[in-house]
Amino acid sequence: MRKLLTGNEAIARGAWEAGVVVCTAYPGTPSTEITENAAKYIEMYAEWSPNEKVALEVGLGASIGGGRALVAMKHVGVNVAADPLFTLAYTGINAGLVLVSADDPGMHSSQNEQDNRHFGRAAKIPVLEPSNSQEAKDFTKLAFELSENFDTPVMLRITTRVAHSQSLVELWPRQEVPLKKYEKNTQKYVMMPAFARSRHIVVESRLEKLKEYAETTSLNRIEWNHTKIGVITNGVTYQYVKEILPDASILKLGMTFPLPRKLITDFSKKVDMLYVIEELEPFIEEHIRSWGIETHGKDLFPVAGELLPGIIAEKMGALPHPRNVLSPAADTLTNIPLRPPVMCPGCPHRGLFYILNKLKVTVTGDIGCYTLGAQIPLNAMDTTICMGASIGTAIGMEKARGKEFARNLVAVIGDSTFIHSGITGLIDVVYNKATTTTIILDNRTTAMTGHQDNPVTGFTVKGVATKEINLLLLAKAVGVERVVEIDPFDLNKLEQVIKEELAAEEPSVIITKRKCALIEKNKQTTPCIVSEEVCTGCLRCMKLGCPCIIKKNKKVRIDTAQCVGCSLCVNVCTNAAIRKVGGTNV
Amino acid sequence: MSETKNILIVGVGGQGTILASRILSVVLQKIGLDVKVSEIHGMAQRGGSVVTQVRYGQEVASPIIPEGQADIILAFEKLEALRWLPYLKENGTILINDQRIDPMPIIIGTAVYPDALAIVRNQRENAIIVDALKIAQNAGNSKAVNVVLLGFLSRHLNIQQNLWLEAIGETVPAKFLEANLKAFAAAMS
Repeated sequence: MRKLLTGNEAIARGAWEAGVVVCTAYPGTPSTEITENAAKYIEMYAEWSPNEKVALEVGLGASIGGGRALVAMKHVGVNVAADPLFTLAYTGINAGLVLVSADDPGMHSSQNEQDNRHFGRAAKIPVLEPSNSQEAKDFTKLAFELSENFDTPVMLRITTRVAHSQSLVELWPRQEVPLKKYEKNTQKYVMMPAFARSRHIVVESRLEKLKEYAETTSLNRIEWNHTKIGVITNGVTYQYVKEILPDASILKLGMTFPLPRKLITDFSKKVDMLYVIEELEPFIEEHIRSWGIETHGKDLFPVAGELLPGIIAEKMGALPHPRNVLSPAADTLTNIPLRPPVMCPGCPHRGLFYILNKLKVTVTGDIGCYTLGAQIPLNAMDTTICMGASIGTAIGMEKARGKEFARNLVAVIGDSTFIHSGITGLIDVVYNKATTTTIILDNRTTAMTGHQDNPVTGFTVKGVATKEINLLLLAKAVGVERVVEIDPFDLNKLEQVIKEELAAEEPSVIITKRKCALIEKNKQTTPCIVSEEVCTGCLRCMKLGCPCIIKKNKKVRIDTAQCVGCSLCVNVCTNAAIRKVGGTNV
Repeated sequence: MSETKNILIVGVGGQGTILASRILSVVLQKIGLDVKVSEIHGMAQRGGSVVTQVRYGQEVASPIIPEGQADIILAFEKLEALRWLPYLKENGTILINDQRIDPMPIIIGTAVYPDALAIVRNQRENAIIVDALKIAQNAGNSKAVNVVLLGFLSRHLNIQQNLWLEAIGETVPAKFLEANLKAFAAAMS
């Protein structure tokens, strides 16, 4: 039976067919749906871990314990999990362990576009790269075999286009894999220096064996055609190349670390012109050049951004189809207003950023929907680096510029991000005597990635009720004495509380608690409207950056189809020109 | 061997483009063709510009439609129709829902909403404009705009109607099925 699956659904299916028993992850686009789908199979345990490091540690525990484990994360998540990863490469595994790294070329939803094949090389573990959903499933299964045959964790590297594109996949039943025997083996699993030294030797000899495997595995294959042009390629780029250069010979690399030197050398000798066409870094290209083989690659193709089919066609001088012809008036097509993402109507974050903008404070930000607070007109964020960075950044600013600077400085961080890696920053605030004001935006979900549960929501990825972490008690427990919880829609109180906590020369935490507007989406709501005769056109309400409030004839009007009646605009209007439908002007 | 056909579905986050593309891909599978669908999740869902690329034929390699290669563009919003117009084939069809959703630069006055329909028509005389909201409302369900547009799309694809109805039945939750079938039928009449 063939079914249309995304790459992510196919990986979850592949894990299930491969007899996996434990799946762990921290949500992150474009990897999230792997674990959401894995959680649907009753035979597999699945969890949202607090962060990627814990996810990999749980996965390696399952593996050493004898059960196959799949661990999934976005590319930057591997940075967080790098610590266990590099040493897991030394210990090796017991039952198979596969780490999915979902890279995001083009940064559709990411803060950088690092190429995680470098991680495979640095940790000396094999890297497999599927090019469509069928391969995503097949390579997942093969990765488990490879993992067990070579006693190594295996990285399955996908990109956004593989993760989120759907193609047809042949489905197979699950193969139950009995738990491997667990035996205590300190020399293998306790990485104190003496044992680790001997394991490093094992890693190097394993890498040599993997290089031999790379020469003969079906993961790497040559599709011979005309020998005028030879292309070495990987991942989804292979699919583009196949379509754009139907006459070229292609060496498709399904395993991009370690590389098959002999196979590549032989291929290069048999073609007139060699091209390496790979997205992001010149990873394959640099290997090949180091062997003294001349090739085209990044002399033609950009390192930055998605390597889309149009770029390949243009650089290869192959425009197989007539290009779209637009008339001279087509310059009207170049200045089209952008449509950046915005906070949703009714978003609980909007009020907070309105106040932060009004108070003109410096804001160290973090990763989540609230990063949109950086955009006009809210314009209330100074830094966003990585998960959990807001608090540490605020401490550093204070230590460099003094306590006075901290009187006008806040760190903002979401509930899931705080649990992920903000808590350690908060401990630093207390321990090292900073006076940081931290605002935890608690919207009861991991919203940005599509509403996953997390330790504060009270539910697991399987939808099972669990203990709910209490952020207020947690902040108090690490030693913050000033902790206050507030509804972010109560603008007056919020402004007053922020002023008070900024003034206090000691650590403080403000928890703004209100459910994400999208969770509440199906609730019956009454929209707001503007009385045109009362509106003075002061445009104060437009500073909220609400997509429902639209300027019209020097006054404003509200798009009642979109408005969910959060009433923030009613609160900020000093002329009482806005009211709920059916309500009266106050 | 049939050539690969390309359909681009564009709109604004929250408009229901994803469901429309899901129904379309179910229909195409029923014909027994190779299908590839590519969509971008993430930030786009927060009121940003969303695009789904659907490709089908005997064998489809790339999940991405190259510029100038879309046989049909189904635009849920006028500005998005304009944005993606360069993707349309010279003799391609563009179907535009006559709806305007202002993006933030226009809301706050740093940009002006262009006369999208006029510009598109200037480039493509055969552009088809429909008021899907009105049709959906007349059919008794203002939320079924996406299915109405799918109905219009189906008029340009040579696919048996019963396959569309089956696909809607398999994709839409049971309690909304009747309203959606009504909306689809309204687009066909």
